[in-house]
Amino acid sequence: MGNGWHGKVLRVNLTDKSCTVEPLNMEWAAAFIGGRGLASKYLTSEVDATVDPFSAENKLILATGPLTGTYGAANGRYMVVTKSPLTGTIACSNSGGYFPCELKYAGYDLVIIEGKAESPVYLKIKNGEAELADAGHLWGKTTAETEDAIRAEFHGDAKVACIGPAGESLVHYACIVNDKHRAAGRSGVGAVMGSKNLKAVAVRGTGGVATADNAAFRAAARDTMKMLRQHPVTSEGLPALGTAVLVNIINQSGAMPTRNSQCGTFDKAEDISGERLAQTYLKRNKGCMGCVIACGRVTRLADPRFSGTGEGPEYETLWSLGAACGVSDLAAIVQANYLCDEYGMDTITMGSTVACAMELYERGLLGDAETGMPLKFGDGDAMVKLVEMTGKGEGFGVRAGLGSYRLAESCGAPELSMSVKKQEFPAYDGRAIQGMGLEYATSNRGACHVRGYLVSPEILGVPEKLDPEAVAGKAVWAKAFQDVTAVVDSAGVCLFTTFGIGIPQVTRLFNAATGSGYSDEQMMEIGDRIYTLERLFNLKAGIDPSQDTLPKRILEEPLPDGPMKGAVSHLPEMLAEYYDVRGWEKGIPTAEKVKSLGLA
Amino acid sequence: MQKLIRIEPSKCIGCKSCEMACSFRHRGEFAPSKSRIINEVFMEEAQFITVTCMQCNEPWCMKACPKGAIEKDMASGIVTVDEMKCVGCRTCVSACPFGMIKYLDETGKADKCNLCGPDFPECVAFCPTHCLQYSEEDLPLREKVLRFARTMKDGQGEV
Repeated sequence: MGNGWHGKVLRVNLTDKSCTVEPLNMEWAAAFIGGRGLASKYLTSEVDATVDPFSAENKLILATGPLTGTYGAANGRYMVVTKSPLTGTIACSNSGGYFPCELKYAGYDLVIIEGKAESPVYLKIKNGEAELADAGHLWGKTTAETEDAIRAEFHGDAKVACIGPAGESLVHYACIVNDKHRAAGRSGVGAVMGSKNLKAVAVRGTGGVATADNAAFRAAARDTMKMLRQHPVTSEGLPALGTAVLVNIINQSGAMPTRNSQCGTFDKAEDISGERLAQTYLKRNKGCMGCVIACGRVTRLADPRFSGTGEGPEYETLWSLGAACGVSDLAAIVQANYLCDEYGMDTITMGSTVACAMELYERGLLGDAETGMPLKFGDGDAMVKLVEMTGKGEGFGVRAGLGSYRLAESCGAPELSMSVKKQEFPAYDGRAIQGMGLEYATSNRGACHVRGYLVSPEILGVPEKLDPEAVAGKAVWAKAFQDVTAVVDSAGVCLFTTFGIGIPQVTRLFNAATGSGYSDEQMMEIGDRIYTLERLFNLKAGIDPSQDTLPKRILEEPLPDGPMKGAVSHLPEMLAEYYDVRGWEKGIPTAEKVKSLGLA
Repeated sequence: MQKLIRIEPSKCIGCKSCEMACSFRHRGEFAPSKSRIINEVFMEEAQFITVTCMQCNEPWCMKACPKGAIEKDMASGIVTVDEMKCVGCRTCVSACPFGMIKYLDETGKADKCNLCGPDFPECVAFCPTHCLQYSEEDLPLREKVLRFARTMKDGQGEV
């Protein structure tokens, strides 16, 4: 097949150790594109929403999009879709690097992993051949050690996605790390992999990806790349400082959740900024495969306490392990970021959990007897120590490994977890940026910034400037951004390109690659379809609309500082409007809506 | 005047767009394993290195070919494989000390960079950072010389 999709699914059953290839359901591909949408369609069709995420009945789907492995809009992405142990919702986490393209070049659109292995195994894929190999000798190894070992024994050019010790010990926010430093980060997809006794997926792919109309695709890609190289965010801001460019911007906007969201500005933000990172540990910029932006930061840590080389930290990490914990010790943040990569943990939930533990400690709800050490805001060494303990599953780290919600709940203060649906929100205060509050409350995987990044219009003014304090109309923007993101995540394109391009460019690339003739409106409808499908799964899983909310602090405690002093989230007003815009009756998609999207 | 693809590794971001562009142009699909230009990522050392055929003045591949299927055009400098003459014996693959000519299963012939002659090299056209340049004069070399000369200048006090 020469049209973006290969038309092939690799199904791996860990229980009976079988690997079989089956044809891709092309009707579903047409309706859900690929990546996030298509994998969600498979998951929701094959997995009962009420299953225990760690049971053999849960499945883990690795999904490329029809554009993955091509050029134009940083088309090097894949999605991991499963049921989340952290939230109980559908989980879908995105990653770049080189692994996603290699999987595509090996000839598969999707890899569906089901069942549970009796003992540790890893999946070896070499083009059309796939088999399970013993991974007993890899169990316990860090992600970098695992990748090196697999390359040595399987294939020197293999690309590897694996879990670290955190995934093995079912840390609820363990991630799947590929190419050593890239991660399908959130919602505990790595813990699901660990529960299945699957240590890694290693791929060598020497085939290609064909497009339906090569000349049209080339022209579309040229135009897209030109736009990305001209837009200030994708040609200047992100290349110059990476996502860390945001530290000063968000702090100056009064939207930097500091010390577990007790404040909206961090007085030492300068010390953890992208500018400071560039002056200290940055070695060079790096792109994922097919990228023209290169927001990646290759860093090398030289500090009396720590050393190492890796990628990042990203903005969200500088905030979570930094400002959220009141930590301005940049070396400690970089080190903790490396540890999260090695043990395989989501840096956002990790940092937020440390921040939550610090507040619990300072309020006397946690004592030295439980934590084994003082946990005070601003203590970088304690933060690093707790990250390490969590990765190793030692002492208090075991409790931290359940995430901030379960930790705070066990201390009798669940309201101190800065989370929605038990997933911690990232580096933007929902009081200072109203639309982001709505976004966190309605994101299908719990609080998240990459389902609908309203920071873009509300703070950066892209594609147009919105007032972050305004409430009216935010619902329309939230839905539009969520639907666009669903399309982008399904096509195999990097979300960061959407600062510089929009649905018209994605549609043009998609049509040229697949030979489809979709209009922009049809693509947006696909986004709506995917979003609603995820919602229906969550409702079946028992996540009712009452959980479309924010922590009490964000709804009731006015921001005490900064330019947005006095602000609280006006979620209820926005949420009512949002349900209307979505065609959801009190949060539940109407039968009419479900039918019109072809989901009945 | 002869032109070449000049490579400035410090500008590379490891995106492999060159490999994608090359394979799409010459093989009709995105298949980096079949690319004529290679972008290698050395993460531990934070180095991204791109290599391709430098169109040798005295090509090992050409000298080793028993069928006379490889020629160097003296005007353009381009070393090309004549697929009509090539029998796929792979002698050139063994001879090239740089690994820049390979055997392709799908054609059964030797395959190497021909600078996309007579068109503009596709890898250069798709390089997002201008790490790759296509030029007559060795511009990257000239830039390095100038950088060094400026350093020397900065070290000069008033006489």
